[in-house]
Amino acid sequence: MKSVNSIDKSMAQDAPTRKSVVCTQHERFLGGSLLHWVGRNSIWVILIVCLIGFSFGSPYFFTVFNLSNILVQSAFIGFLSIGMTLIMINGGIDLTVGSTLALCACLAIGLQQYGLVVAITGALGAGLLLGFLNGIIVVKTGVHSFIVTLGGLIGIRGLVFVYTGENSLSATNMSFMNFGMISIGPVSLIAILFLVFIAFAQWALSRTRHGREAYAIGGNRQAAENAGVKVSRHIVINFMVSGLMAAVAGITMSTQMGAATPNLGTNYELWTIIAVVLGGTKLQGGAGALWGTLGGVLTLGVLRNGMNLMHVQPFYVLVLLGVVLILALIVDKQFNNE
Amino acid sequence: MDALIKRMNLPDLARQQGILIAFVIFLVVVALNSDTFLTIGNVLQVLRQVSIVGTMALGVTFVVLSGRLDLSVGSMLSLTTVVVVGLHDKIGPGPAILVALLVGLLVGAVNGILIGYVRLNSLIVTLGMLSALQGVTLIYTGGKNVGIADPDATWFAIFGRGYFLDVPVPVWIFLGGALVLGVVLAKTAYGRQIYAVGGNEVASSASGINAKRIVFSAYVLSGLTVAVAAVILGSRVMGSQNNVGQGYELQVLAGIILGGTSLLGGSGTILKTVIGITILGFIKNGLLLLGFAYYVQWLVTWGVIIGAVWLDVASKRGSLFE
Repeated sequence: MKSVNSIDKSMAQDAPTRKSVVCTQHERFLGGSLLHWVGRNSIWVILIVCLIGFSFGSPYFFTVFNLSNILVQSAFIGFLSIGMTLIMINGGIDLTVGSTLALCACLAIGLQQYGLVVAITGALGAGLLLGFLNGIIVVKTGVHSFIVTLGGLIGIRGLVFVYTGENSLSATNMSFMNFGMISIGPVSLIAILFLVFIAFAQWALSRTRHGREAYAIGGNRQAAENAGVKVSRHIVINFMVSGLMAAVAGITMSTQMGAATPNLGTNYELWTIIAVVLGGTKLQGGAGALWGTLGGVLTLGVLRNGMNLMHVQPFYVLVLLGVVLILALIVDKQFNNE
Repeated sequence: MDALIKRMNLPDLARQQGILIAFVIFLVVVALNSDTFLTIGNVLQVLRQVSIVGTMALGVTFVVLSGRLDLSVGSMLSLTTVVVVGLHDKIGPGPAILVALLVGLLVGAVNGILIGYVRLNSLIVTLGMLSALQGVTLIYTGGKNVGIADPDATWFAIFGRGYFLDVPVPVWIFLGGALVLGVVLAKTAYGRQIYAVGGNEVASSASGINAKRIVFSAYVLSGLTVAVAAVILGSRVMGSQNNVGQGYELQVLAGIILGGTSLLGGSGTILKTVIGITILGFIKNGLLLLGFAYYVQWLVTWGVIIGAVWLDVASKRGSLFE
């Protein structure tokens, strides 16, 4: 009991003092909270700069059609990044999202012979199950999530190939394919789904006990455990969220294409990590928010789309993304890590 | 007799050497079902197949031992392979190899500066490099495949296709490199400094080790071994696609982890890496000989990687579950 009290006290003392030090330093230098806000939300500043730049660069960029297009294109990485953010706040990582996306997309198409309900539930169930499997292995064996999910990345891709036998699958159910085309006003249903999910996840993260304890686990796992947080349960739940989101991404992607290939989603785990890190979530855990992740996801989408409209070869976009990621890391270090 | 059994302590043995025991069982099962599996020809074949991933893993082992990760090696392999193959017909094999080695050193140095000196997170930096180098490769080739016009007329073929004393040259490069780097790691002051930085960076700095320079050097070495692997690969195939190295970073890491080197740094050896990479090669080869599709090895790799690290963690903890 004594140790619990002392940890609580030290946490309670630590947090506000650190924050106030940062504030006073910035206030001393530039006398405003604006810089502080920019430092914390730099990704939104970058996004706005990109939006303005591309609007001047191409007449086709800042149109309702194109912007809603960007939203749909970003939604798939977006779904994946919701789960990834939660797991990273816990201090873990999930490299299986791309492979899980592929498996769920193939199941959503392949199971359609048994009816649409079976196909969708099957795909969602597979995502949840794989997330549960990852989570339970991480908490029960004590092997780091990087290794567990690195194995999963390779193994789940193997499951996809075993299930499909290396063949592409195409949808037979027309109403399934129509779902990808539904839009409310100019905004596609897939994009709305993404925005609703990420808003709900942000609410859960900042307003529920599960969210608060997620930060506590990432900040100091041992302290959280001592304070009575059910660490294992939280970690497993977040891996299940990640699996479920991968399933949603896989299903929506296959509705849009009306097909699924076994190589679907290759390297998506990398894009997802890039989006989440650009959004300011720390790999070390304990810090981050879905608000920033949304900015990271949209920035990636805007960069790809805008460069494309300006006829930049896609090769250069890859270089630019790598450079932006490393620059973001340097900027973050300057602002938060004196 | 009782004392002997007690000293052998079977569950302990299973925990500590579990992965090797499982591997021996696997070897026996495959050998009973396939006449060709344990022939010298097939063993050399497996060694030649793993020599490219293996050579890369030698340098990456230094990075991992120093407590960092390198996810950029796959893209780096693509880049250096298209460089050496693309330049071969233009400037001749010797200069082409030299340029490829320089490119590898340069990319390693960029990683090393960003991670060692600027002290950025290695996972994210090398992830960024993975993407950036993919782009650089495509810019260099313009998206086209590169090739060598006359594969039979160049001494460049020796690195991938040659034999020395009936053993393929790539195997000599891989095992020779392993011997040299293994000695460097185990017997020199530099090797001890790598372990010190990976084990406890603060303590190593306090005892006068220049941790920044050590990390930098590990990445430069990683870049160099990748370029050497690219020479083997280019010479073997005599051509290259732009994405030839895609996914190699995962195979390299899988082999290193399987061998028992800790991803947290400070613990592991070159021998462990060689064993891990070779085991993966034999699993792949054995499953193919048993008639399984190539993707079945991925399922097995899944279980093997997690199982190996689990046994390692469990033997240190003293219990199987946390």
